[in-house]
Amino acid sequence: MKNSLTESFFGRIKGRNKRISPLGLVLMIIGLVFVIVSPMILTNYRLNLIITILRIAYLAQCWNLMSGYCGQFSFGHAAFFGVGAYTSSLLYTELGLTPWVGMIVGMITAGIIGAIIGVLSFMYNLKGDYFALVTLAFAEILRVIAKNSGWLKGAQGVSITFKKDISIMQFPTKAGFVYFALILLVLITAFLFILQKTKMGKYFIAIRENEDAARALGINTFKYKMIALVLSAMLTAIAGTFYAQYYLHIDPEIVFLSSVSVDAIIPCILGGVGTVFGPIIGACIIEPISELTNVYLSGLPGMNMVTYGLILVVVIIVLPNGVLGLADSIKDKLSTKRKAKESLTEE
Amino acid sequence: MAISITQSLIDGLLMGGVYALAALGVSLIFGVMKITNFAHGALITVGMFIAYQVYTSFNINPYISLPITILIMFFIGFGIQKLTINPIISAPSHNQLLLTQGLSIVLENLLLVIFTANYKSVLLPGFDKALKVGSISVNKPKLIAFGLVVVASLGVYLLLQKTDVGHAISATSVQREGATLMGIKVPKINAIAFGIGVACAGVAGALLAPIQYISPTVGEGFQLKCFVIAVFGGLGNIWGAVVAGLIIGIVESLASLALGGSWSEMVIYLIFILVLLFKPTGLFGKKTR
Repeated sequence: MKNSLTESFFGRIKGRNKRISPLGLVLMIIGLVFVIVSPMILTNYRLNLIITILRIAYLAQCWNLMSGYCGQFSFGHAAFFGVGAYTSSLLYTELGLTPWVGMIVGMITAGIIGAIIGVLSFMYNLKGDYFALVTLAFAEILRVIAKNSGWLKGAQGVSITFKKDISIMQFPTKAGFVYFALILLVLITAFLFILQKTKMGKYFIAIRENEDAARALGINTFKYKMIALVLSAMLTAIAGTFYAQYYLHIDPEIVFLSSVSVDAIIPCILGGVGTVFGPIIGACIIEPISELTNVYLSGLPGMNMVTYGLILVVVIIVLPNGVLGLADSIKDKLSTKRKAKESLTEE
Repeated sequence: MAISITQSLIDGLLMGGVYALAALGVSLIFGVMKITNFAHGALITVGMFIAYQVYTSFNINPYISLPITILIMFFIGFGIQKLTINPIISAPSHNQLLLTQGLSIVLENLLLVIFTANYKSVLLPGFDKALKVGSISVNKPKLIAFGLVVVASLGVYLLLQKTDVGHAISATSVQREGATLMGIKVPKINAIAFGIGVACAGVAGALLAPIQYISPTVGEGFQLKCFVIAVFGGLGNIWGAVVAGLIIGIVESLASLALGGSWSEMVIYLIFILVLLFKPTGLFGKKTR
């Protein structure tokens, strides 16, 4: 009984990009091949942009897992990002522990903080904007702690000396960072692709669409929301470690700032929230725009960000469901037209 | 010790009044549109710069120019709502939140383009000497700001209680569909409510201009405080916001006396989390979820 009910409930949930369209597959392969050969054909300056796109796309996928699929809207991913960055960096500079291990410790620490946020918020059934504000408040608290604690190096932050040694996660060339970021992005994307086909992924979507109904059908919503949050927090910590190793300097006003959380959200909304490839498409759109405005509007301080903000505002208004949402609605229209034509010819 | 506690109680109370007015805007906007306005901090800064510009170009002090500030800010808010928020009024809340965040980026950087990042201040001659009562000193601009905040809050209250527009705003915040059925033009009411909310931010900004330095990003620090106060007072509850503002002002002031300036932020955020968890409906909220 429960199963058939569940089936009919899930049947009604719109399954967006369950299958990859041929066009999407071609684009994906082209993108993948391009990134793989990019270190051989592009200058270091351009590779920097590639790394930023991959890094932001990865971060966005982390947000997507919890907020896009499971519907728990976070505005505080900076908390997990910062914890990841700080843990691996401090373990390296203070104790000499390689960031490869520090990264894992960072994941665990971020996971614990995520679990604390989750237990508190979900126990008291916080939703929507209220939940977003709690996550924001936690990120701000961590920022204040980092800024005021001597053992966390206070406001000046942590700097890592440049050594070009893979054993401490410092790749001798940019190519190393490109491939590392690419591997991370491919892994998380594959994970999301598989996830949405599993029972757990379907539970996530059910919770997003209608939590009360999901609970009524016997889904342990608390458990699955916790899984989504803790997993997302742990994966976000990796992005923090990556940032620290790539830029070699972190401080509270960089890694715990709400702009990090915004960086994680923007690509998802541009590309399509709760879709496998949306965040990647979003990152491919927003990062080049940001770079272009930086280059061409550098004469007037602030003008680049005005343009960036305006583009953001316009895109949110024009494409509320993101690029993939637009593609879906075009496809829907075409197929209904085709069906209408077919039914006419049959008669 | 007793004197320094009294001193920070008074300072906190006066600043709390200004926070309360800014937060009242957040609360009103959320009450009517269910949108958390992440551009509120930037709009406070806009209010500061309007006061600064009017003062430097025409030598009119911010208290006299307040009506101009209110008018300009109302229309900025009205316009922003019509152009950007109204089209996505029924979109998911993360879209709305990100949109207001985008607006905040635009406003802050527009101020940066026009006024540069250099710190500015409004020094009013005759207002810089503190008022001495015994061994307690009261900062004059803070005292005037507090008085004007009381007037402005009463103004908003009367506007909501005694006018047709106010009734329509209250009706919309209680029941959107119902208000539509009763013939209220909800999109227009939304824009007016947003305008009033933004005007509150602007007045708070103008009153803060003589109290502290002005720079394009200075409003960010006030924004989260506004959220704390608006939630603490109960989103949509005007008097709740006022009471919560005074409480938060005093708590902040006492916390910075006890723990030092930078840790006092932490106390505010902790209160925020506790309120969100245990009483998200706020101080005077009827039911806890």
